[in-house]
Amino acid sequence: MTMPGILTLVTFLPAAGAALILLARMAAPGDNPALDRGVRMMTLIVTIATFALNLLALGRFDWGSADFQLVERIPWALGVDYHLGVDGLGMALMLLTTFLMPLCIIASASIEKQVASYMTLFLILETLMLGVFCALDLALFYIFFEGGLIPMFILIGVWGGQRRIYAAFKFFLYTLLGSILMLVAIIVMAITAGTTSIPDLMKYEFGEQMQIWLWLAFFASFAVKMPMWPVHTWLPDAHVEAPTAGSVVLAAILLKMGGYGFLRFSLPMFPDASAYFTPMMFALSVIAIIYTSLVAFRQTDIKKLIAYSSVAHMGFVTLGIFTGTEQGVQGAIFQMISHGVISGALFLCVGVVYDRMHTREIAFYGGLVHRMPVYAAIFMLFTLGNVGLPGLSGFPGEILSIAGAFQANIWVAVGATIGVILAPVYGLTLYRKVAFGKLENPKLKDITDLDPREWVIFIPLVVATIALGLAPVLALDFTAAYADKLVETYRAAVQASGIGAGG
Amino acid sequence: MIETIIVLAPLLGAAIAGLLQRFIGDRGAMTVTVALMALTCALSLYTFATFTWGHAPERVIELFRFIDVAGFSSTWSVRIDALSATMLVVVTVVSFLVHVYSIGYMADDPHRARFFSYLSFFTFAMLALVTSNDFLQLFFGWEGVGVASYLLIGFWYQNKAPNDAAIKAFVVNRVGDFGFALGIVACFLCYGSIKFDEVFAAAAAHPNLMLLQGDLQVRAVEAIAVLLFIGAMGKSAQFFLHTWLPDAMEGPTPVSALIHAATMVTAGVFMVCRASELYELAPYAAGFVTIIGATTAFFAATVGLAQNDIKRVIAYSTCSQLGYMFFAAGVGAYNVAMFHLFTHAFFKALLFLGAGSVIHGMHHEQDMRAMGGLRKYMPITWAMMTIGTLALIGFGIPGIFGFAGFYSKDAAIEAAYGASQSGRFGGEWAFQAGIIAALLTSFYSWRLAFMTFEGKLGDQKAAMATSKDHSEDHAPEESHDAHDDHGHGDHDHGHGRTPHESPQIMLFPLYVLAAGAIFAGFLFAPYFIGAHAEDFWRGAVHLPHGAGHGEGGHHYPDWVIWAPLVVTAIGFVFAVFFYLWNRGLGARIAAYGGPLHAFLYHKWFFDEIYNFIFVKGARALGDLFWKGGDQKVIDGLGPDGVSSATRFFSRQMRRVQTGLVYHYSFLMLIAAAAFGAYAIWAGGARP
Repeated sequence: MTMPGILTLVTFLPAAGAALILLARMAAPGDNPALDRGVRMMTLIVTIATFALNLLALGRFDWGSADFQLVERIPWALGVDYHLGVDGLGMALMLLTTFLMPLCIIASASIEKQVASYMTLFLILETLMLGVFCALDLALFYIFFEGGLIPMFILIGVWGGQRRIYAAFKFFLYTLLGSILMLVAIIVMAITAGTTSIPDLMKYEFGEQMQIWLWLAFFASFAVKMPMWPVHTWLPDAHVEAPTAGSVVLAAILLKMGGYGFLRFSLPMFPDASAYFTPMMFALSVIAIIYTSLVAFRQTDIKKLIAYSSVAHMGFVTLGIFTGTEQGVQGAIFQMISHGVISGALFLCVGVVYDRMHTREIAFYGGLVHRMPVYAAIFMLFTLGNVGLPGLSGFPGEILSIAGAFQANIWVAVGATIGVILAPVYGLTLYRKVAFGKLENPKLKDITDLDPREWVIFIPLVVATIALGLAPVLALDFTAAYADKLVETYRAAVQASGIGAGG
Repeated sequence: MIETIIVLAPLLGAAIAGLLQRFIGDRGAMTVTVALMALTCALSLYTFATFTWGHAPERVIELFRFIDVAGFSSTWSVRIDALSATMLVVVTVVSFLVHVYSIGYMADDPHRARFFSYLSFFTFAMLALVTSNDFLQLFFGWEGVGVASYLLIGFWYQNKAPNDAAIKAFVVNRVGDFGFALGIVACFLCYGSIKFDEVFAAAAAHPNLMLLQGDLQVRAVEAIAVLLFIGAMGKSAQFFLHTWLPDAMEGPTPVSALIHAATMVTAGVFMVCRASELYELAPYAAGFVTIIGATTAFFAATVGLAQNDIKRVIAYSTCSQLGYMFFAAGVGAYNVAMFHLFTHAFFKALLFLGAGSVIHGMHHEQDMRAMGGLRKYMPITWAMMTIGTLALIGFGIPGIFGFAGFYSKDAAIEAAYGASQSGRFGGEWAFQAGIIAALLTSFYSWRLAFMTFEGKLGDQKAAMATSKDHSEDHAPEESHDAHDDHGHGDHDHGHGRTPHESPQIMLFPLYVLAAGAIFAGFLFAPYFIGAHAEDFWRGAVHLPHGAGHGEGGHHYPDWVIWAPLVVTAIGFVFAVFFYLWNRGLGARIAAYGGPLHAFLYHKWFFDEIYNFIFVKGARALGDLFWKGGDQKVIDGLGPDGVSSATRFFSRQMRRVQTGLVYHYSFLMLIAAAAFGAYAIWAGGARP
């Protein structure tokens, strides 16, 4: 028996923490404030340790290589292997996950109901999310991918707001529908290719007709996760009802699984089908950008507004990916990371005032800057990031996606760029209604500015937003080798089959 | 090193004033920002001097990489050439003076630290813009000054009007940036780079490269030039995208002087000049620039005739002067455009700061009809404003001496005439518009001067009362209230109190700017547009043929050279007749109304039309998509269609909540543990 690999450690450390909590819970049943405190502290330590381990893994990672690294492979059952490994894409998203989780745990201080179960679920969720980004076996990937649904479903359904049942059900229904089709596709692939190894499948050439069907099945799942228009309506409801940390995880990480899926499966495994469906993807992306931006403009609930803006931002991701260009793919990956940071931060901003006032109605607020200047400044920064201001992390992803789109189809680029006009319309309007103006609501008279705990949450996010904004090369260099290889092989495959769609 | 300090010192000042204001206080924040601005300003003047007279070489200092994806690459840089050195002087001198002025103007404001932080941040972004070496850093500065402008317009954030104006400014600018962003990515597609030198070289090497998309076929360089210019139209408030600039006057007056007169709004002109090599290859795009510029020069001047808010008159005047700069650039006289930008910065900042002094002295009254006779109360401000007015109308005797605007504006008009003779696209209209606008400029400038400083205090108030009825939508009334809560409490805000002259700290910047308004044209004409032009620019902008050989290099007919002076005199006579000899006649005509006055007073109804189409349109579409698309169609056919199942699930959920959660989590944990245990048991990592 040798030491397990570092990816196994990173992935399963949170689950181990969850097991400890369950044991403690069994040892001391009933309501126990001391236990709750201990659980909170331990969860925080576990998530920080996971982040540290992930950084350690980063140290062993070779940026220049496009291959899967830190690979672990153990034969399992039924031809399925326990097979982990990462490339630049997987590593980047794992880092995003482990970076955000401690902040989510700190932000969960306002959770008072069943703390131990809440923390257990979060830790399990982290393991499942990390597994998605480093699983190199299709079956393993599927387990992680769909497993993540369940803790999220429970988190919304139990710790959510008033309409949590409806929201949780809607979330579950949508995602499950997509995943069933994906499961069928996975089985078909395993039988056809005789393997479930992702690296092997990337080399396997499926027939053109088969690619179309498989692509559609995967699309059903990823489009819902993304979410793309028109299967996006679960997201606003889920966000509104989820507890703050749940919204953060949902927006920052779970949404990235769709983009990850397109990049990991659709493009490399079904290049011909991807090229074939590119016009459709462009159309859906542009619709998502314009349509949801306009819908966001009309929202009366802060969280719903941010949720709709997430859909618009994810439109740039799908757009970038399917341009099949370095700029587009790199832009899409960057947009995913940046959106993880910024939308996570925005939901945390909502959490700050929600914890104090217990409402997310925009009309309730106004003039917060008078009582909460620091909060207002931070909220402004992330609003501008969301608006895509150059110098903050929201910008590079958008401009690169547009640069990619312009190479593929000028009108698509023009359509997507309209989103650049609409973003400040809803973003700055929201900010103005919440933070500026006179402080007229008497209930806000005694609202307090950020406390030290909240400072701790926001400082890393502020630093990340500015650092990635001023030097996006930090992240772009990291995924460059991966993106170059993906684009190269994708183009070669499309050229070979002669489907020039979208160009 | 010096160049890097120039750009970064204001950023440092902004950061210290913004982040440490609790520790260093207002006084500390002001000291730090003003001191660092003084440093930046001194170094800029030094750099300009070494460049102009010391013949220092063109240079690019690269700091670190910004974006770099397969050729789409940008590096944070400081580029120094004649063009950026000129802009450095304009930006830092005006910014320094505005900083100093603000010490007096904002003396009673409780948020001075924030104000100075924003001012310095703006300066940094503007410097990053003018020293950029590629389109992406240019875009960074471009949007950076946009956000600074947004923050400063909405500085008095508790009031509705500044908030509305701030968002309007940002969004309208984004409409321009829509074009600008597409222009950048088009550059990359066509020329494989976004660095200035590489783009210009590639464009010159492949002038007939086509941009193809379906049925669309255009010359790439034309398309790129037009797209970039759309960005400039937003930033520089040109016709169609000008609507934000007058509203931006809701911001504090020093902001109007710095951002909305001297620097930010000229960024579009700077950009066109920076990309002069592209516009020279794109005759239709250049013609488009000419026509939009000329139209703006004319349009804004007409609107300026009918406004009563002192700042709005100057704002429309700025808009109009920017039009001059653009048509000069459009007809290929980039050096003339830059020269007008240079002189305009002095006299327009002077006029705005003078107006600020008037507003300060009038206890925050901005309506000129409430003024009158102020010469008696504030003689220094009057003298300075008069100098600014003479510079703006371009007073001067050809061949002898003139105020700053004389050299640059007449050069623009002459360049337009030259273009009309050589058949350049749009040249004819530019010449006509330039002459008409010069007449109108003279009229509204003297109107402003006479309404404010001549006659007796309040002798035009009668007109105010009658015409106020049909001007309820006019924002200044609101902004006037706006200042009440703004720390001017000690001012009693009394309309009954007599106006007073401003303190020296506010007058000092006026002296400096007045000196510029008098001499900047005379002193620098030889370098910008005269005998030394070739030597001065050294290729930083494309020069018209023959520049550098004698006075402007062209010989225009006498009537062209004298025409501006003649129309200026006519405008002056009309203003004297309506606002000096028959005081109140102009106001009575305005009160009487008439469709032409209404048309001008309502700014050609642009706001009304845009509001109806875009603002209401966006709201309606948003509601349609949300309530119709999302709720009725998508949800109605999708999840809600199976709502009976929801009820079933909700029953299940209640059970989950009461304890089943443990079963779930335990089950999942076992599964998760199984993976981990298996991995460890079976032997760990195997590559």
